Amino acid sequence: MPKITYIEHDGKEHTIDVPVGWTVMEGAVKNRVPGIDADCGGACACATCHVYVDPAWKEKIPAREDMEESMLDFALDAQPGSRLSCQIKVNDDLDGLVVRMPRSQH
Amino acid sequence: MTDDIVIVGAGQAGLQAVSSLRAEGFSGGLTLIGDEPFPPYQRPPLSKAYLAGDFARERLFLKPEGFFSENRCDLRLGTKITKIDRSGRQIHLDGGEEVPYGKLLLTTGARVRRISAPGAELSGMHYLRGIEDVDLFRPVLAPGKRLVVVGGGYIGLEVAAVAIKHGLKVTVLEAAGRVMERAVSEPLSQFYQNEHAKNGVEIRLGHSVKGFEGQEKIERVICAQETFEADFVLVGIGVVPNSEIAGEAGLQTDNGIVVDEHTRTSDPNIFAAGDCTNHPTFLFGRDDGRVRLESVQNAIDQAKHAAAAMMDRPKSYRAVPWFWSDQFDLKLQIAGLAKPDDELVLRGDPAERKFAVFHVNSGALTAVEAVNAAPEYVVGRKLIEQGKKIDAGKLVDTSIAMKSFLQ
Repeated sequence: MPKITYIEHDGKEHTIDVPVGWTVMEGAVKNRVPGIDADCGGACACATCHVYVDPAWKEKIPAREDMEESMLDFALDAQPGSRLSCQIKVNDDLDGLVVRMPRSQH
Repeated sequence: MTDDIVIVGAGQAGLQAVSSLRAEGFSGGLTLIGDEPFPPYQRPPLSKAYLAGDFARERLFLKPEGFFSENRCDLRLGTKITKIDRSGRQIHLDGGEEVPYGKLLLTTGARVRRISAPGAELSGMHYLRGIEDVDLFRPVLAPGKRLVVVGGGYIGLEVAAVAIKHGLKVTVLEAAGRVMERAVSEPLSQFYQNEHAKNGVEIRLGHSVKGFEGQEKIERVICAQETFEADFVLVGIGVVPNSEIAGEAGLQTDNGIVVDEHTRTSDPNIFAAGDCTNHPTFLFGRDDGRVRLESVQNAIDQAKHAAAAMMDRPKSYRAVPWFWSDQFDLKLQIAGLAKPDDELVLRGDPAERKFAVFHVNSGALTAVEAVNAAPEYVVGRKLIEQGKKIDAGKLVDTSIAMKSFLQ
């Protein structure tokens, strides 16, 4: 099962087994990883599941679509590597993915 | 006298209360009671991806199995309560057990409104509120079958959108003059009526159901104007709050369990949150009436406020409501609460399937309805939260970026 590493803003790491087909967001919220709020449950409707994806992984994740692009505009502290983790679907290619959480989602 | 907290209703709000209470430092005993056989799960996917078969069941559950033991929460599933004994500070469970509480939180939610018309008990009639409803309904979705949907609200339209894509013949019967009348403005109703029609869904407005007919199962749905052949019927005519148990215990109820801005009921030791509550709204920073909201956002936010209040750190509940609906490839996002005398300002072109309707009142926004228009939704929501006065006339100009309205 793919392992995803979530790094909190203060540096604390959590490495979680996330089933293929789940989203990176679900891997966090269902495993008590703090720092991802996901108020809308993954419907791309709130921008509170914001994470920073390491440049090394950018090519392995499908590019942002319009809705995510728009919603990200309003995430707190958005950067070029920012993604909404509810839009990243986990597959075997993402085994070892590292994402970092922003200082806050609100 | 115990300081244990008992939460009745194991849905979105009940679960959030468990998380928030432990996060707030509550160290006493915690019990979460639910009448469904499932641990807390999210309902929105039930009428969307889960119905379509695109969403595995285990993804519906909000927390992993270990959550409840790790949070020292006694989870009692498949359990109904029969009575709240306020003077004795205990609740009675179906089966006779009495569970004492120091504080009680009611997150009993709502149940579907059942249609009362002759033939309503025929087999082949479906409602949609929980996992079991969908598990029974999904087998219906076979190409060529005729589905009649009674009710053109969110549930009816979301189901219609899934069913038409599965090759069924779909007819939606809506009693009012437009779809989603309770929830959206007229331009949105028109837009969705057109989109459904373009996808082959037959929508009949002003059609109330007089009765259902069939030999052993449903065969026909009768309206005054016309009779519709049906293999199956999905009824989505709203929900009613599960407030009876509160009323019977002498708590104030009126379209739900009445609570104040701190989620406290008319009993100082009893709180309520989520779909079951009638609570005050605060548009423009003043007490602006009361509402009962049916949304994930309200369940979560009110539960957080209930936890704070139960820890003697009450916060006034003033969140701006928000909501979404997915139909076809259209994402509808709504924030705020429209008022009857709002001026409507359209930004963008519905023909492009990307637009927003802003509700303006006394120079500020009360609500925004956005279709595939996230910037309009997010900025609109912030403007409503801030109560900021804006030049609403500029909203129609799509060459002015939404972000500029925040400056």
